[in-house]
Amino acid sequence: MQSLILSTATRFLTGLMLVFSVFLLLRGHNEPGGGFVGSLVASTAFALYAIALGAKAVRRAVRVEPRMLVMVGLAFAIAGGLLALITGAPLFTGVWLDIPLPGGGELHVGSPLIFDVGVYLVVVGAVLTVILTMEEEIS
Amino acid sequence: MIPWLVALPILVPFVTAILAFVAGRSLEVKRWISVAGAAALLAVGLLLIHQVYQHGILVGAMGDWPPPFGIALVVDFLSAIMVAITGITGLAVAVYALADVDRSEEHVGFHPLFHLLLGGVCGAFTTGDMFNLYVWFEVMLISSFALLVLGSRKAQIDGAVKYVALNLVSTVLFLVAVGLLYGMTGTLNMADLHLTIPQVENQGLVTAVALMFIVAFGIKSALFPLFFWLPAAYHTPSVSVSAIFSALLTKVGVYALIRVFTLIFTQDVGYTHNLLLIIAGITMLTGVLGAAAQNEFRRILSFHIVSQIGYMIMGLALYTPLGVMGAVFYVVHHIIVKANLFLVSGVANRLTGSFELKKIGGLYKSQPFVAVLFLVPAFSLAGLPPLSGFWAKLVLVQAGLEIDSYLIVATALLVGLLTIYSMTKIWNEAFWKPHPDEIEPGTGAVALSRRDYILLTAPIAGMAALTVIIGLWTEPFILLATSAAEQLLNPDAYVQAVLGVRP
Repeated sequence: MQSLILSTATRFLTGLMLVFSVFLLLRGHNEPGGGFVGSLVASTAFALYAIALGAKAVRRAVRVEPRMLVMVGLAFAIAGGLLALITGAPLFTGVWLDIPLPGGGELHVGSPLIFDVGVYLVVVGAVLTVILTMEEEIS
Repeated sequence: MIPWLVALPILVPFVTAILAFVAGRSLEVKRWISVAGAAALLAVGLLLIHQVYQHGILVGAMGDWPPPFGIALVVDFLSAIMVAITGITGLAVAVYALADVDRSEEHVGFHPLFHLLLGGVCGAFTTGDMFNLYVWFEVMLISSFALLVLGSRKAQIDGAVKYVALNLVSTVLFLVAVGLLYGMTGTLNMADLHLTIPQVENQGLVTAVALMFIVAFGIKSALFPLFFWLPAAYHTPSVSVSAIFSALLTKVGVYALIRVFTLIFTQDVGYTHNLLLIIAGITMLTGVLGAAAQNEFRRILSFHIVSQIGYMIMGLALYTPLGVMGAVFYVVHHIIVKANLFLVSGVANRLTGSFELKKIGGLYKSQPFVAVLFLVPAFSLAGLPPLSGFWAKLVLVQAGLEIDSYLIVATALLVGLLTIYSMTKIWNEAFWKPHPDEIEPGTGAVALSRRDYILLTAPIAGMAALTVIIGLWTEPFILLATSAAEQLLNPDAYVQAVLGVRP
């Protein structure tokens, strides 16, 4: 089933939702948000895309195999935890870096962000696997 | 170093899963990564038992956030034993899978999923936080669902839908109960809960939440009347998958029940534990009667899982040192024996061509070695001396007699007898009677290559040997289970280890 309205709207919405999901991912450290919530928004975007334009279009857009995303995400999450090994602190202790920015000020980044990116990828990959399997089963 | 040590049971399977996934197209490499990962997990389990002997309960605060604020991983004897036994079955099944799982299933990710499942199970065994326990349940549910539908045959999808539907009910209920618990106490750290629960004003509400946990974990561990998803699903996937499911999934539910009803909900033992005792009795009976009506190898075994779960819950419900010790011992015995029987069912299928008892036969005459490998776990399951099942049942019966619970003891003994009936049925049909199509098992269309034969029977022989060892050389295992029970029934040490205060 192809609906012109849905597919046109989807092209705008998907991009918007993906940007929003990254925004949620980044703001998650001290405010509501984070990898899990962000990834749910991203998954919703892909689900919408799949409904409007079909599973094939999603596969083209994502490029990589969803299961690959899960495993890469898992690797990121564990790596984020293992980084604490450098400082000798317990597993998953945050390791922080202050990167000076050109316009003055500093960027405060750390290993929890790597963990969050990992969670983001795992959940997007898992939900995509489910959605695509079902969508391809139906069509 | 302890925070790293207690995280190993989770890290090892996850890293193995990642390695097995990125190992590229070579199946051979993936397979050996899988076997090596399972062996490493077993080593970690044994190391943990050793460390608990040396240092007492091990606590690791993840992210350096001290409990009760952060998530703590806590390993006491019970957790360490469970991790070790997960390693044993994981290793046996990983070897067995080399000859059992077909290539297409390996290509779509059997090995990574298998280790994700092991990681989820070990996470549930080691966490000291209620919400974290919920997360591990989800990890298990997702990976077990994926394993269940691997191969996407119609029967598998059918079983998986029932499995997921009921398990989702269970997790939702679990989550709601966790929410209520948090609302009442303001903490989800298990040790902290032990201290705060008695201070809750409305103890009736505590009991109500305890009942929600009984239902939630009862579905997971297939207790009466919420067990029917199990026999509906376990006979559908490949034998390796059903073996690891039978060994571990329900036992995580049992573990959660043991943990929660020795550490957190001990306020109204007269009510909650008596209820558990009644459920245990009915679970034993319905499971074994359900098995008597079945004629498919794996369905019979599935119903027996249900009936055996009853014994473990009986030990917990008696709530005496001997009872809890019996429950721990029974869990260990059951995991080894039940996984082994499932593995034997797979060999019988490969040698005779079917799981349906009516369509197979003649195994004893042509494959006496396989017959012996079946008899050992089967007799152990029924509780014949001198195998591990005998001691497990003996301890539980003694524990029941000790506090004059004659009814449950009678039920346990009766169910033991009925178990022999089912095992005899399998023996008569699959091993004793001649094959109905007059096929010689293991020849012609059902011939096994030498490699497959060794890979399939070696894990079975190993686990059967373990049953015999536990049976003949019981003392160290009983001592270990006793230490575990002592820790469970005196939670003060646990609380002190986690929170660092003397309650």
